[in-house]
Amino acid sequence: MSGAPQVKFYQVGSFAAGNRLLGPELQSDQADPGRSNTLTCGHRACQGCGEALGARYALDAAQRAAGGKVIAVNATGCLEVFSTPYPETSWQLPWLHSLFGNAPAVAAGVAAALRAKGRTDVRVVGQGGDGGTVDIGLGCLSGMFERNDDVLYICYDNEAYMNTGVQRSGATPPTARTATTQAVGEDPGAPFGQGKSLPLIAMAHEIPYVATATVAGLRDLEAKVHQAMSLRGARYLHVLVPCPLGWGTASHDTVRIARLAEQTGLFPVFEAVDGEVTDVTPIRRHLPVEEYLRPQKRYAHLFEPELRTDVIARLQRSADRNIARFGLLAQEEASS
Amino acid sequence: MSAPSVRSSSVLKQTEGSRAVAETVAHCRPEVIAAYPISPQTHIVEELSRLVKSGALTPCEYVNVESEFAAMSMCIGASAAGARTYTATASQGLLYMVEALYNASGLGLPIVMTVANRAIGAPINIWNDHSDTMSQRDSGWIQLYARDNQEAADLHPQAFRLAEELSLPVMVCMDGFVLTHAWERIEVPERAQVDAFLPPYDPRQVLDPDEPVSIGAMVGPDAFTEVRYLAHAKQMQALEAIPRVAAEFRDIFGRSSGGLVHPYACEDAETIVVVLGSVFGTVCDVVDEMRGRGVPIGALAITSFRPFPLDAVRTVLQRARQVVVLERALAVGIGGIVSANVRTALSGIQLDGHTVVAGLGGRPITKESLHRLFDDAIAGRLEQLTFLDLDTGLVERELARMAKTRRSGPSAENILRDVGSNR
Repeated sequence: MSGAPQVKFYQVGSFAAGNRLLGPELQSDQADPGRSNTLTCGHRACQGCGEALGARYALDAAQRAAGGKVIAVNATGCLEVFSTPYPETSWQLPWLHSLFGNAPAVAAGVAAALRAKGRTDVRVVGQGGDGGTVDIGLGCLSGMFERNDDVLYICYDNEAYMNTGVQRSGATPPTARTATTQAVGEDPGAPFGQGKSLPLIAMAHEIPYVATATVAGLRDLEAKVHQAMSLRGARYLHVLVPCPLGWGTASHDTVRIARLAEQTGLFPVFEAVDGEVTDVTPIRRHLPVEEYLRPQKRYAHLFEPELRTDVIARLQRSADRNIARFGLLAQEEASS
Repeated sequence: MSAPSVRSSSVLKQTEGSRAVAETVAHCRPEVIAAYPISPQTHIVEELSRLVKSGALTPCEYVNVESEFAAMSMCIGASAAGARTYTATASQGLLYMVEALYNASGLGLPIVMTVANRAIGAPINIWNDHSDTMSQRDSGWIQLYARDNQEAADLHPQAFRLAEELSLPVMVCMDGFVLTHAWERIEVPERAQVDAFLPPYDPRQVLDPDEPVSIGAMVGPDAFTEVRYLAHAKQMQALEAIPRVAAEFRDIFGRSSGGLVHPYACEDAETIVVVLGSVFGTVCDVVDEMRGRGVPIGALAITSFRPFPLDAVRTVLQRARQVVVLERALAVGIGGIVSANVRTALSGIQLDGHTVVAGLGGRPITKESLHRLFDDAIAGRLEQLTFLDLDTGLVERELARMAKTRRSGPSAENILRDVGSNR
């Protein structure tokens, strides 16, 4: 397993553990006072923004892995807008924003230039939200994967077009309310039978590394960035980042909601090498999907004015399918 | 064509326009080439592929991308990372990369691109006209139009010089098939000559971990006008740079290529025909023949369409009595595109001006038609907007079908059926 090191803690009743209990070599990049603060303070993200949190951890880890020699290419979106209200910029690394749908190709262009110049020491990270990645940027991303361009592309998935005001994307889950899948009519919210899994699409390209992560597992996210940076070629990291504004969740609940997505099986956390799943993060406390849905206003129509047990059961079936497909409860089953 | 200078070591050889362009581009030492196939540009990137793969052009990353949008996007990334960057396209491909075209110029990235001029569909048509690049006249790119294959090749080192000096992207426009696929005697520049003419790329902005910058930030109403004005100001600087670079090119290569405009027999001309691109040669032949009949006619080729050389055009045309602008594109709903620019150059001057739309979708512009056209112009028989060699019968019959039946069907196919039945 390339994820976070397995460390046993006995002194606390939760699964959380502080960095200070670990040796320096095992501490997170964020625990290091010398971290690069790649996405530094002062940006304009909303309170509790999962994307800002994920990007900060991911890019600091990438900077650590590359000895501070990362060039970032950003798709249009929240991350781009909230980080560069010029003359202010939160980026403490060379950073280029071109368009909404072309970040993977721009990043591949940077990588090509570095290769021509023999700069193997400088690494390239492309990044964008789910709209810029799974929808409008998919053509360029597939090309980047297929050519095995030397780019780590990170998608911060908050499951809708948040920057333009919460519209449905190809990553919006069934029944979720967005501005273009409203909670009205007989089947409120986003329809079943739509949406796509970009990690699986990435795996179909048989690229060297594909991984998913959430902001509930920041140490795991860092470890996966390090693993990705240890490889060359096209690498893809898909990070679930709750959006308090779009999901209708409390800003202090971002990490909790992300953890619930993992624990219900709705968001499988795994790694794949050359198109094959090589590791999964097991669910340690399995919960029904209702626990994940209920705190989010985007699913409020499943509970009010009447409890839609039929719809919730259907969502539960998709979570169960994830659990079976990726073996997310394998450890529990093995021990029982 | 002028004789090679003593400093020239060019070899005169029989070659295809695309191949001459590819060899010349290779001598410019591009570090990243993004390639996507579209006719009639393909021969250029095919030859460059061979040159890179064989090791003749190194170091260079040749990337087969998945679309023109990706091609221009890859050029944006490579150029921002400090690499000399090149691509080529045509027609629908140019339109498919439009969003990235504006982005490249807005960011001030000195990308050079060859456009093998081709019509825009529907109806789909692979042959030559200027509809593609004319649609991008306001994209912020410098646009240079080649009169022949010698100039098409020669414009590329000049394009890199201009692009990198000004931090602006440059389009070299060459007529698809008419030039790209034509074999003729061309002096392909030698690498040593190009090296003497084109210094290594020294970027004004670059993605460098040692000096990190943010490129591509959002700009609001407080500064957007100023940034756009600066783009215009740089193109105004190009008006000075283009003739200077062409003069330096002449000094090193011993032949005249590029520049803003090329007048032919205009000094005492009462009628001047304004054109862009390869039709200039045919027009000059007709001018010679009409001069032989004592007709005071001349021709003006506009090489730099963006920036548009208002003063140079005005200087040539202001002494004429009549101006005929021959356009290989159509602004649907008004007529001329080049004409509108020429009229701006002639602001305040009363001239008899005509727009002639000619050669759309590869229709040959023949000397016979041009003789008739210019005779009509001089005799005062020419309307303000004319479509050269338009088959009015075909159009009228389709209009009649449309008037007669609601579901008259697809017009292009109806017209083709009509053409076939009258063959």
